[in-house]
Amino acid sequence: MSTYDEEKLGELLAALPPAPEAWVRAAQDLPLLRAQADEIVARAEADAAFRERLVANLNAALEAEGYEPDVRLVEQLRGRLEDA
Amino acid sequence: MDRFSRYVFAICVQGFRLPEHDAEDVFQDVWARAYERLGQLRDDDAVRPWLAQLTRRACLDRLRAGSRVEPVAELEGGSEDEELARIEDAWFVRELLEGLSANCREILDRFFCRDQSYATIASEVGIPPGTIASRISRCLRTLREMAEGRNDAPAASGGRT
Repeated sequence: MSTYDEEKLGELLAALPPAPEAWVRAAQDLPLLRAQADEIVARAEADAAFRERLVANLNAALEAEGYEPDVRLVEQLRGRLEDA
Repeated sequence: MDRFSRYVFAICVQGFRLPEHDAEDVFQDVWARAYERLGQLRDDDAVRPWLAQLTRRACLDRLRAGSRVEPVAELEGGSEDEELARIEDAWFVRELLEGLSANCREILDRFFCRDQSYATIASEVGIPPGTIASRISRCLRTLREMAEGRNDAPAASGGRT
């Protein structure tokens, strides 16, 4: 970019609007979800009965253990429990 | 993330024109991957190019997954490259904004990026509505001087001292 006038600067400023707040909040939650998933998978690896409950009914098992069954946590766990 | 979220968002929505739900998925995927690997980057200057590459790849993957064999060709006349270049220019200006006073930054961000009216800005920032236009003009002038290399130092206060 070699020339600047105020109109162009205004256009360029407008070209980077903030991302939707909900998207940003959801992305900010990702490390927490990841940590929760790590914790649950580690527990499932150490506790066969817990793993069986998770596999049988993931949402119910999470709720019973006091975890909020966030859809992203559930998706992540499904993949990781299948892989494990 | 606060610093780069709008950059990633712009690549998804303006650069690749992803529909909203696809853009949101890509946005989340990019940050999920970013959190996993960000610690491996030793150079702060490498973060933005790395995020840009990650986002571009994720957008292309999403377009391909949507059965678009040649996603780039579907965008009119190479406009994807033009849009991505424009986003880079916009980022350059965005970074310059950091050199302005907090008041200037806030007024310019509210007016241009958040599309707020003079009345809203005046109310939120607590300044007379009649002064908004002149403040915007003054802040833009300083920004232009900085962009042209005539003024590297933080300058205009946007009228508030």
